[in-house]
Amino acid sequence: MAAWLERNVPRILLAPSFLAVLVFVYGFIAWTAWVSMTRSRLLPKYEIEGFIQYERLFAAPRWDTAMNNLFIFGALFIVVSMLLGLLLAILLDQKIRTEGALRTIYLYPMALSMIVTGTAWKWIMNPGLGIEAMVRGWGFDEFAFDWVIDPDMAIYAIVVAAVWQASGFVMALFLAGLRSVDEEIIRAARVDGIPTWSIYSAIIIPSMAPIFLSAFIVLAHLAIKSFDLVIALTGGGPGYATDLPATYMYAMAFSRGDIGQAASSAMVMMTVVFAIVVPYLYSELRAKRG
Amino acid sequence: MEAMLEIRNLDKSYGATEILKDINVSAEPGGFLVLVGPSGCGKSTLLNCIAGLESISGGSIHIGGRDMTHVSPKDRNIAMVFQSYALYPTMSVARNITFGMKVRGVDRATRASKLQDVARQLQIEQLLDRRPSQLSGGQRQRVAMGRALVRDPQLFLFDEPLSNLDAKLRVEMRLEIKKLHHDLGATMVYVTHDQIEAMTLATKIVVLKDGVVQQIGSPAEIYRRPANLFVADFMGSPAMNLIPARTSRESGGTRIEIERTGGAPVVLIDTRNGDLPEEVILGLRPEDIAEAGFRAGEEVQEVKCLIDMVEPAGADTFVVSRLAGRQVTARLHSETTAQPGSTLDLAFDLGKVSYFAQDTGERLN
Repeated sequence: MAAWLERNVPRILLAPSFLAVLVFVYGFIAWTAWVSMTRSRLLPKYEIEGFIQYERLFAAPRWDTAMNNLFIFGALFIVVSMLLGLLLAILLDQKIRTEGALRTIYLYPMALSMIVTGTAWKWIMNPGLGIEAMVRGWGFDEFAFDWVIDPDMAIYAIVVAAVWQASGFVMALFLAGLRSVDEEIIRAARVDGIPTWSIYSAIIIPSMAPIFLSAFIVLAHLAIKSFDLVIALTGGGPGYATDLPATYMYAMAFSRGDIGQAASSAMVMMTVVFAIVVPYLYSELRAKRG
Repeated sequence: MEAMLEIRNLDKSYGATEILKDINVSAEPGGFLVLVGPSGCGKSTLLNCIAGLESISGGSIHIGGRDMTHVSPKDRNIAMVFQSYALYPTMSVARNITFGMKVRGVDRATRASKLQDVARQLQIEQLLDRRPSQLSGGQRQRVAMGRALVRDPQLFLFDEPLSNLDAKLRVEMRLEIKKLHHDLGATMVYVTHDQIEAMTLATKIVVLKDGVVQQIGSPAEIYRRPANLFVADFMGSPAMNLIPARTSRESGGTRIEIERTGGAPVVLIDTRNGDLPEEVILGLRPEDIAEAGFRAGEEVQEVKCLIDMVEPAGADTFVVSRLAGRQVTARLHSETTAQPGSTLDLAFDLGKVSYFAQDTGERLN
């Protein structure tokens, strides 16, 4: 008995969480995949009907908007956050006296919930309350900053808020990367007569490639699962101008009573995440083994 | 001949902490200047000041006759080799060596021919396409030297370049650096904490301690006539024997008495050095104490000593005796019959003796 226990204690200890993950993660993924193949509306049905939900999904203009928004938002959010984060990190790397305080300030937005960020920026960018009202109050009566209520610009308003939240975190990642470069290498480059921008562009940044990849993965998955920021900032509006796949799925499942559409959109989102994460994991694991 | 490197009254402090105090050092063209001292003595800081990587708080630095005190590192016409080699990690060996030239606007043909010259000189031709991470320590060291060589500078700076190598490689590379210095005829400044490196490489040694120059001189001067107790103890391995002694005037010379437990004091007569204070520290290198009969000379005096320990070291055998409470090491020939616990006649060569003041540690003779 004791020997049996000794052999099986690890399995017994892991069993509950293993079961929970099996049911609540993989089980529900399987359930969603099943439902996405049915004609489910308000209530789930279980007769498989093929890819009818996916056909409806790709024909729906609202899903088109959501996917377009995801590409605009994702691309801008990742690129701008990385560039801004890198710039901030390089500026902070110049051995300035208040570095500790500044680093904390830049990192703080990451500690906020997206709901708080969204609400705060909703007020800041609200034409009647925020920047527009303030600048008009100074006497510039023609000034307009109404991105949140402009269907063509509202998605960029979301990018602004998301970049504000994430760029400090990216800066912290990059700063750690910059600091991991041996001080003597930089000294050698200075004696070698290499100008500062060249030291960064040719020596330091190339040696930070793994950190760029990590930052990209973190930002990409933040972008794809973005939901709360949109809900708090625009509620998906005006109309459905700022819908993202996640808000589309939520709207279908809980306000439109169309579980089939929600399930198929969820499966498409998962595929997109896999398309990004799997190559990353593959390269990471292969690097570890090699 | 005008000095290639001239440091005058250099001071360096971080806030209230003085790192270097009133340093005056010069290096002649073609000279090999070694800055040596224990860790924390300021030798690397001094080298960084010469390179312009650290600003100085006072004084001036001239390189090749030009005032370089406030000139940026790249315009000082120097090249530097670092302890960690400091190779650019993402670049191939060839790019590591040529990148500086490229940035300085040297044309492609010149870059290629210089690279070939240096690669041949350092025997790294077959490594040019590799990354630094694919090289061994010794190979990285060669690449780092190659990067310095292609600059063809007025002054080479080395910051403990051998301390990351294993013992055997260190001896090989030491020889190569010496050969390189000989072949190039360049002026070099070299920082090390290893006194053997200092002795073997230098044409001039600067011994530093706590940011103060202790002694400047040729290796022979530093070794034979250390300026104070610190230099005497730091330079040479095994270290110089430093034995407290009493002196008194006597007809024919100075009588030197060394206490020892369980025996009559050792008495030596020094006929050359008069005018010593009553209490001194007597310094003798281990090789200046030999087995009786193996050392001749006017100043050689024999004393019967009790041997505590015998350490055969191949070419020599070191024996340790106790005088005035100190361990005294003598360097004997390898065929000695000395046994621990027995007595042996040792010959003290007073022609090579150093005397130091007991209070200040300064040299007296």
